Amino acid sequence: MTHAADLPGWAALLTAALVLVGAALALAGAIGTLRFRTFFERVHAPTLGTSWGTGSIVLASIICFSVLGSRPVVHEILIGVFITVTTPVTLMLLARAALYRDRAEGSGNVPAHPARRAGALKAEQDRAVDGGR
Amino acid sequence: MSRVLPYPVLTAALLLMWLLLTSFSPGQLLLGAIVAVAASRAMAALQPAKPRLRRWQLIPWLVGIVLLDILRSNIAVVGVILRGPRDHSAGFVAIPLDLRDETGLAVLACIVTSTPGTAWIEHDPGSGVLHIHVLDLVNEEDWVALIKNRYERLLMEIFE
Repeated sequence: MTHAADLPGWAALLTAALVLVGAALALAGAIGTLRFRTFFERVHAPTLGTSWGTGSIVLASIICFSVLGSRPVVHEILIGVFITVTTPVTLMLLARAALYRDRAEGSGNVPAHPARRAGALKAEQDRAVDGGR
Repeated sequence: MSRVLPYPVLTAALLLMWLLLTSFSPGQLLLGAIVAVAASRAMAALQPAKPRLRRWQLIPWLVGIVLLDILRSNIAVVGVILRGPRDHSAGFVAIPLDLRDETGLAVLACIVTSTPGTAWIEHDPGSGVLHIHVLDLVNEEDWVALIKNRYERLLMEIFE
């Protein structure tokens, strides 16, 4: 970035603003992770960094290097694509582990296991049939 | 065609990625094409289910509304964090999905996960019920309607 002085004013301002927005979103995500009380609330906070936190820094990079190189530089989009595609994998793994823990401990207000819920529904129907008899 | 290029979309995507990562030149185009064809033929050995794209014209529209929604929920979640951790009511929402296509469900998972404020928790393939966790839950019906009308309908049109 030694040639950053070559950047015209408007591009420099836009790049700086987008980098600041991205950094601020990542910071807000970190603060949220710290301040929320339960696992399922905490899971939402880092998503700020993986969505538009990444997005605006990617945009800043695209603008900066496209203007400097006088040609469109768009390979940064791949970073955004890969983050979007890979985040659900880790999130689901963590969410399922937390769900398993809460169900095993019977703590938290988590939805019941689908198979068990179907079983409960069937028991209810059986009772209704028995009652009708 | 189908024997030489079992996954034409994958091959094209790999070639595009190669050209984005390297600078464009005829040599890189050739090298990228060789890598893309080899990789997609290796993929065929794994025999994954082949996704059908029925109406790919709708994909840019879907990407557009998703990017806009993610931007809006970024602002909303920053608001929740700054207001303080107690000033909101989080909760689970059960959504009965009609979408059965695996690729469509994977894309929906990416959308729900990438949107701050909603998290994909569990999907039961038998009943099609999806549980999501919503950070700022005001009305459950609104979220069911949002997922079903805004995303699921489009995804079903694209993939089913």
